[in-house]
Amino acid sequence: MTVEFRVPSHTAEDGTAGNSTGFGEFVRHRAASGELVVQPRMGFSDPARMRAGLLATRRAAATTVGTLTVDSYTRVGDLAAARDALRAGIALNGYPLATHPRETTAQVLAGIAADDFPVQVRHGSADPGHIFTALTAAGLSATEGGPVSYCLPYGRTPLEKSVDSWARCCEDFAEPRRPGVRPHLETFGGCMLGQLCPPGQLVALSVLEALFFHRHGVRSISVSYAQQSHPGQDREAVRALRVLCARLLPDADVHIVVYAYMGLFPQTADGARALLGEATRLARATGAERLIVKTEAEADRIPTVAENVAALEHAARTARRHRAEAPAGADDDSQVHAEAYALIDAVLNAAPDIGRALVQAFKRGLLDIPYCLHPDNAGRSRSYLDRDGRLRWADVGSLPLAPLVGAGRSRPVTSGELMSALSYVRRTFDGDPYGELRGRPRGKAVEDR
Amino acid sequence: MGKAMERACDDARHSGVVIVSSLASDAHTWNLVYLQLLLEEHGFEVVNLGACVPDELLVAECLDRAPDMVVISSVNGHGYQDGLRVIAQLRRRPPLARTRMVIGGKLGISGARDGLRADRLLDAGFDAVFPDGPDAVPEFERYLSHVFERVAS
Ligand code: B12
Repeated sequence: MTVEFRVPSHTAEDGTAGNSTGFGEFVRHRAASGELVVQPRMGFSDPARMRAGLLATRRAAATTVGTLTVDSYTRVGDLAAARDALRAGIALNGYPLATHPRETTAQVLAGIAADDFPVQVRHGSADPGHIFTALTAAGLSATEGGPVSYCLPYGRTPLEKSVDSWARCCEDFAEPRRPGVRPHLETFGGCMLGQLCPPGQLVALSVLEALFFHRHGVRSISVSYAQQSHPGQDREAVRALRVLCARLLPDADVHIVVYAYMGLFPQTADGARALLGEATRLARATGAERLIVKTEAEADRIPTVAENVAALEHAARTARRHRAEAPAGADDDSQVHAEAYALIDAVLNAAPDIGRALVQAFKRGLLDIPYCLHPDNAGRSRSYLDRDGRLRWADVGSLPLAPLVGAGRSRPVTSGELMSALSYVRRTFDGDPYGELRGRPRGKAVEDR
Repeated sequence: MGKAMERACDDARHSGVVIVSSLASDAHTWNLVYLQLLLEEHGFEVVNLGACVPDELLVAECLDRAPDMVVISSVNGHGYQDGLRVIAQLRRRPPLARTRMVIGGKLGISGARDGLRADRLLDAGFDAVFPDGPDAVPEFERYLSHVFERVAS
């Protein structure tokens, strides 16, 4: 590992110059020539394996960007546990970015991370100061997160603390470290708990987090949306995301990133591939610029490098068969758009500062994630899957959606019904819609109304 | 109570307090929500401690509530080492020395190959280990009816 770190080829002074480089610019240019940029969720604790994974991603037969996914100890700030595990030779579920010496990370990236292969750090930390410090020290300028989406699904840190911490990190991160390289930040708000959150709220959170990043100085932004349970509803969601960003963030460089399904994944290789294919078609049909893939090992364990490459190449092949549709116009009369708009409007009116507004909104139940156990989530909203697999509200709690969806009240679900809803996508793609082949889960798809 | 719920409750009625908990580094919660519902359907009163439970909090809650059983669930792949660390701390407290404690989920990062290390968790003080797989939940339910007396409903 002795290759020189590649020096950026552009040297514009101003971070907003048209010829600046960085993650956002790379994706925009590739998308402009009709390509879909694909990316793994990849992280290994062994530096040699991490490097091999990045190299294989770069060399894959696909238009790729690289990923450094951080392990759980680093996410929760338990650096002592990360250090102990490395000493004991225990493999972690990601790369311990704040524990490996800075030189080690430089060697992992040397000759691989470059203008034509930007690498993004994906973590999941509500209090990410140490991670931002480590990633900028490593010369990286793209990462992911958000004050809500990296807090509520990722532990018990109070939302208020996460908001303050993310505000500080954004402001510091927004300062370009290298001339011409614009720092890039992606929202995780379009995913939340991965499953059973109706798309209107996912879109609203992704947009609200993008607004938060923008207010704190970040100008190169991507907004996420995770594939859910119904292709038509997912298309509505991505289009709504595009329309709302164009309206609310006219002066930012924004692209859309679709995540292949983030809930219980199919257990068969065929099912996993088919679901990834469906996610790729979602990205193409909506003109999304980037896709994050999942592998055949998803249901089971951390995937190998080879499994990641296979997923990237499968998505790239599928993308080549489907042209990118032009992004939708300025109008959108879909149900997802209406719900997202109502939520964003209510939150922005809750307080002048967007960070305080988010905290207020969760306190008052104007935002409320179904089944989320975090102490700052109201926990009064409930969702269900309708006959066709669309995600709908069974109970809106205090969400300002009653005029749009009616104010239903739900009864408690059983463990079998919950499992049935969680595994709907898995069963559908494994070709086992009623869960008969594996003896689990019990019960059929729920209709909780 | 819904029909399905009544049916589930008829299967086996127990009583007692169960603590359901994740481990310090693990943020996953669908597993916890699911296990809570399952245990409630079996008649238990459940205290769900949620995600990323620091060792000290788990110990304090166990001392405080003196539960009939502690159910630890982890799927992020750090469950072996985090489980070994926390069981030592729990068992060290005399009031918890004999409390029933089980662990389950995706405990390592290598899938089926991780099963081999379950013995170490038992040696360290867990009463039972339920590695992820199609049989994990049915075996857990069999275990419940084996070790807990049923209450007439
Ligand atoms: C949803 C999800 C998430 C959501 C979680 C949101 C939330 N708050 O819950 C988000 C996106 C936030 C997330 C984050 C991460 N995740 Co995740 N996630 C999943 C996913 C897709 C589904 C999990 C789920 O919802 N299960 C539903 C529940 C009901 O089922 P279950 O968890 O499988 O539990 C069942 C059994 O295991 C068993 N069981 C579990 N515990 C116990 C205990 C007992 C006593 C018994 C009897 C049974 C039992 O019973 C349950 C019912 O059958 C899985 C992959 C998959 N399964 O498809 C990955 C997965 C669990 N995640 C994984 C990882 C590594 C992470 C991250 C570290 C990021 C990363 N590196 O990829 C972070 C975690 C950060 C942290 N600090 O822990 C890995 C774990 C790898 C491993 N163990 O080898 C998985 C397997 C994906 C993968 N293949 O890489 N994740």
